Amino acid sequence: MSTRLAKGGRLLNRNRALDFIFNGRHMRGFEGDTLASALLGEGQVLMGRSFKYHRPRGVVASGAEEPNALMNVGEGARFEPNQRATTQELYDGLRADSQNHWPSLEFDVGVVNNYAARFLPAGFYYKTFMQPRAAWKHLFEPVIRKSAGLGRVPKERDADRYEHFHAHVDTLVIGGGLAGLTAARRAADAGGTVLLIEQTAHWGGRAPVDGGRIGGADPEGWVKNAVQELDVKDNVRMRTRCMGAGIYDHGYVLAYERLTDHAPDADGPRHRLWKIRARQVVVATGAIERPLSFAGNDLPGVMLAGAVRDYVVNWAVSPGDRTVIVTNNDDAYRTALALHSAGLQVPAVIDARTAPQSALIQQVRDAGIRVETGRAIASVKGRARVTGVAITGQAGEGAVLEEIGCDAVAMSGGWSPAVHLWSHCGGKLVWDEAQAFFRPDPDRAPTGADGAAFVRVAGAANGAMSTAEVLADAGADAAAESETPAPILPVWIMPQGAGPELRAKMWLDYQNDVKVSDVQLAAREGYESVEHTKRYTTLGMATDQGKLSNINGLAVLSNALNAPIPEVGTTTFRPPYTPISFGSIAGEARGDLFQPLRRTAMHDWHSINGAHWEPVGQWRRPYCYRRGDESVEDAVMREVKNTREAVGLLDASTLGKILVKGPDAGRFLDMMYTNMMSSLKVGCCRYGLMCSENGFLIDDGVVARLSEDEWLCHTTTGGADAIHAHMEEWLQTEWWDWQVFTANLTEQYAQIGVVGPRAREVLDLLGGMDLSKDAMPFMSWANGTLGGFDVRVFRISFSGELSFEIAVKAAQGRALWDALALAGREFGAMPYGTEALHVLRAEKGFIMIGDETDGTVIPQDLGLNWAISKKKDDYIGKRAQARAHMTDPDRWKLVGLETLDGSVLPDGALALAEGENANGQRRTQGRVTSTYYSPVLGRGIAMGLVHRGPDRMGEVIRFARLDGTEVEARIVSTVFYDPDGEKQNV
Amino acid sequence: MLILHCPYCGVDADETELAPGGEAHLVRRGPEASEDAFHDYLFVRENPRGVHFERWRHAAGCGKWFHAARCTVTMEVFGTYPAQVTEPPADLLAAISAKRPGWRWRDFT
Amino acid sequence: MSEPASALGGAVSEGFARVEEMPPRGMIALRGDLGSGAVKAAVKDALSLDLPGTWRATDAGEAAVCWMAPDELLLMSSYAQAPEIARKLGHFLAGEHHLVADMSDARSLFRVTGLDAREALAKLTPADLSPGAFTPGTFRRTRLAQVPAAIWMRDDTVFEVLCFRSAARYMFDLLTEAAARGGEVGFWPD
Repeated sequence: MSTRLAKGGRLLNRNRALDFIFNGRHMRGFEGDTLASALLGEGQVLMGRSFKYHRPRGVVASGAEEPNALMNVGEGARFEPNQRATTQELYDGLRADSQNHWPSLEFDVGVVNNYAARFLPAGFYYKTFMQPRAAWKHLFEPVIRKSAGLGRVPKERDADRYEHFHAHVDTLVIGGGLAGLTAARRAADAGGTVLLIEQTAHWGGRAPVDGGRIGGADPEGWVKNAVQELDVKDNVRMRTRCMGAGIYDHGYVLAYERLTDHAPDADGPRHRLWKIRARQVVVATGAIERPLSFAGNDLPGVMLAGAVRDYVVNWAVSPGDRTVIVTNNDDAYRTALALHSAGLQVPAVIDARTAPQSALIQQVRDAGIRVETGRAIASVKGRARVTGVAITGQAGEGAVLEEIGCDAVAMSGGWSPAVHLWSHCGGKLVWDEAQAFFRPDPDRAPTGADGAAFVRVAGAANGAMSTAEVLADAGADAAAESETPAPILPVWIMPQGAGPELRAKMWLDYQNDVKVSDVQLAAREGYESVEHTKRYTTLGMATDQGKLSNINGLAVLSNALNAPIPEVGTTTFRPPYTPISFGSIAGEARGDLFQPLRRTAMHDWHSINGAHWEPVGQWRRPYCYRRGDESVEDAVMREVKNTREAVGLLDASTLGKILVKGPDAGRFLDMMYTNMMSSLKVGCCRYGLMCSENGFLIDDGVVARLSEDEWLCHTTTGGADAIHAHMEEWLQTEWWDWQVFTANLTEQYAQIGVVGPRAREVLDLLGGMDLSKDAMPFMSWANGTLGGFDVRVFRISFSGELSFEIAVKAAQGRALWDALALAGREFGAMPYGTEALHVLRAEKGFIMIGDETDGTVIPQDLGLNWAISKKKDDYIGKRAQARAHMTDPDRWKLVGLETLDGSVLPDGALALAEGENANGQRRTQGRVTSTYYSPVLGRGIAMGLVHRGPDRMGEVIRFARLDGTEVEARIVSTVFYDPDGEKQNV
Repeated sequence: MLILHCPYCGVDADETELAPGGEAHLVRRGPEASEDAFHDYLFVRENPRGVHFERWRHAAGCGKWFHAARCTVTMEVFGTYPAQVTEPPADLLAAISAKRPGWRWRDFT
Repeated sequence: MSEPASALGGAVSEGFARVEEMPPRGMIALRGDLGSGAVKAAVKDALSLDLPGTWRATDAGEAAVCWMAPDELLLMSSYAQAPEIARKLGHFLAGEHHLVADMSDARSLFRVTGLDAREALAKLTPADLSPGAFTPGTFRRTRLAQVPAAIWMRDDTVFEVLCFRSAARYMFDLLTEAAARGGEVGFWPD
């Protein structure tokens, strides 16, 4: 039974009790507790169930490496699953539930998997779910989905705020223990800016718990002093609750700061993701203790020896009244002393080493604690928690020599440097035979932009395990009393000769239920690579990413393969170090800030006048304007008819407007466009096509020549930025000696289309310009004043109607729109949206980039040869359009399509051909690119790309509908409405 | 997450301020090019393990295109230089040779 | 002509820094050879200001010259004066290869004010805003979250931010969120 001790607890504030609820039960802890220490203090050892076998599990560690004690924490909009009880600080009112069990933690139906364990071996998934195929969908997948995953998925929208912060520093030190504090001090003294981060809420790491003397002071005092000295330095910044999550190329580091997880009612963001650029990074992340692999090592009550010490010293919690210690190294002896001085019983220290001798061991013996050497645990007794241990010789096969009653076991298999961050960006490791761990290889450090190492490791993360070594490694002035521990004995299974029955109860990965026997099976089945074994057995693939299990697992694998450990190697360490929240990754990009929504100057008018919005790139454009309870479809039909019969207003502000100026501008535009722009007369407009070097059509629009050396190029809405960049790319990287400047004026002007037979009347009512046919013919432009607004008017048409596009400064855009709406009232003016625009242009057979084009279509496919100059030697895409398959007469080409029954063809429908292709699929001979109901013609109209289409006028072909039926359509001209263009030339 | 020094505005730019532009020093082929030469211009690219020359644009900065010489294995940047050249500057080639003896990229050594 | 309207009508938010949309300001894009005497003289003639160094701005009263690129400046003036200044520049530079465009309506301008204004902006841009690297008079084009923007540090507690007009609402909301109370970072103490 775990309990709270009457005295002690260096992190506790006993004056402030905190109430919390676990699995519906009211419990109490203290300020300074973690959820795990508070639960232990309340006697709650059982904290979860394992993933595969649903075995009962207690907390095993005291920090970020914890694999077992995962909790659902919080509720409603602040609910979050898979929170480690060891890193969740306690707060008043905290609600937590254990996971992965049904109906309750104490009685879990899923535990039947445990008894079926021998039917669930390594690679179970791969072996079982292969055949029959149908079983996957109906049997395996539903079962797996039900049992997969830990915790529950949050149901409500997250109530919290998250943010990023960009920091640029000379030195980043990750880890606030002795090594980190020392390294930060040294970097600060050297003069640069220093950021020191620590993942827990406390400075000092393990030192205050582990004891010893530093320069005559106790570690706690030394840490306090070091923190104070750093705190007053101008060039040092320090953050607790801030974890180094990942190290990336060129000194880029992500750090995860948890601001309110310990105080959810506080103002401000919950998490802040730091995006740090550091010239130098010091990794001082300490070490992680390894479990020992003995039978029953996963029972609640079996814990890491260092964690047991932490709970006693930091939080005054005893995991048990009688704790047996099992170890292969000296460090666990500190736990014996800590328990002893807290007044708790240590029935025995079981040491696998035959005759270890050191001052520390002697101290334990002197305290009267029984020390058994050359011994091992044969098995742990108990079902839901520890009741005793059976002792055997480490060298043997497990014959029981003795049973010792106890309610907790503290184990230590040695410590592994936390090399994760070192490894993220390519730092390599060496196997240290003497100390039995991988440590960073200083000769193969991660390198930065200049080719030099930018990551350095200090302290225990570098394999310096004693306080004296840590301080020396980090470059401290102070020295600690040196200790000479007895050497570690690598112990990968316990006892050494354990048979299959014991090996099947030795857990490596607690969270994913991977045992020694599973790894050995994988080796027998031919898995030699540690990476393959990981995936086959799922070792190290749980949320803890194998922080406890990786080294033990690969040691077992190397034994099974009879290969040395360094040859087998480690799996890849990948960021983040521990899981970070999705919210922190998104940062501010949530809700309205998820992505920028671009708005025109008339946006608010559209909004209050019934706009049904359509995203076009990042713009929001009105798809149509609904009146009253009118449907979207009816609104579109009304807008099309009104524009054909009276006059429509279109917000065309989103079209790109790029100014191109200079002595070589004409020559440059002749290269950019397929047709001739240098010959355009000042005052005139010309429609132009732009292709990529591959020959494919990328953009189109009207070009106006403003003066002798100035052209204004209109682009599509989505193309403005890309086409401007495209022009700059060619100017900067190919024709840098040409004298041309460009400027993207897209946002300088609001642009309004006034379209329809009564368009001129509306503008004449505003007054100020002669817009008659003679003064302003089709495809011309003029500057002037309309209704007091300085405007540029383009007489161009994308609808086949009489049409003027009026550009005005954006700050006047809304005012001009209001004036036009008012002036247009007596002529029946209505705004129209993008869908009406599409119908109008489709009726006229005008192509739309993105509908008729998809990155594989050349202008010749669309019958646009008239817009390709024959006189020019060159333009971007010209050579490509002469390639053999581009000139192939068998290409699909654009035609109009009229269904025989007048129905609307489905968008994207394929035209059917006879026979099947090599894959056994129906052959096709074309596809629909644009299809609409034309209210003017009273029938469906469409355009499509059809095999040799223009040569097959009048032919009837069939198109497939999604429901399996077919529809017949006749190949016709793409121009459905006013083929002679009489309406736009009035 | 690279940092590249923009040779135009002097900023050590974060990769998120930059836009990649593929391989550097391509020679444009126009209408006179043979089918094979044009095919190579459009589609054939280096894919080196080691020294590579690339184009980048300081898109969310001064807007200028520049070239970068970079090691695709270690991400070491040997240097950046303006785009208005047809070959890398000689001192950069020498610097790369000092760090990667015997390197070769297309016809550059 | 009606009064020019800014995109958000002068929206204001108060957090640990104050965010304010500024009224329309005259902004003229000038592209040309910045090393030439002609451009120097034209700017001097138009605004009585010297050319700024790389990523700097020079200013006096409402007038300012901001470095945008090695061949581009952004000239600022009162909104009303901009067309006349643009005309003057064009006239002065006739015969030189150049481009002048009145861009006064293309952008929105925000002011972020407060002791920790620098920290609010550092949440949004990858540019180095450290006090040692980003000083009063610095004018830097960069990225703020997902849109291109320029940051101009007027003095220790006043920053101006420019972005395209269509992104004004996004930028205002972004700056407001970054400056919201409780989000003080304390990385650069006052």
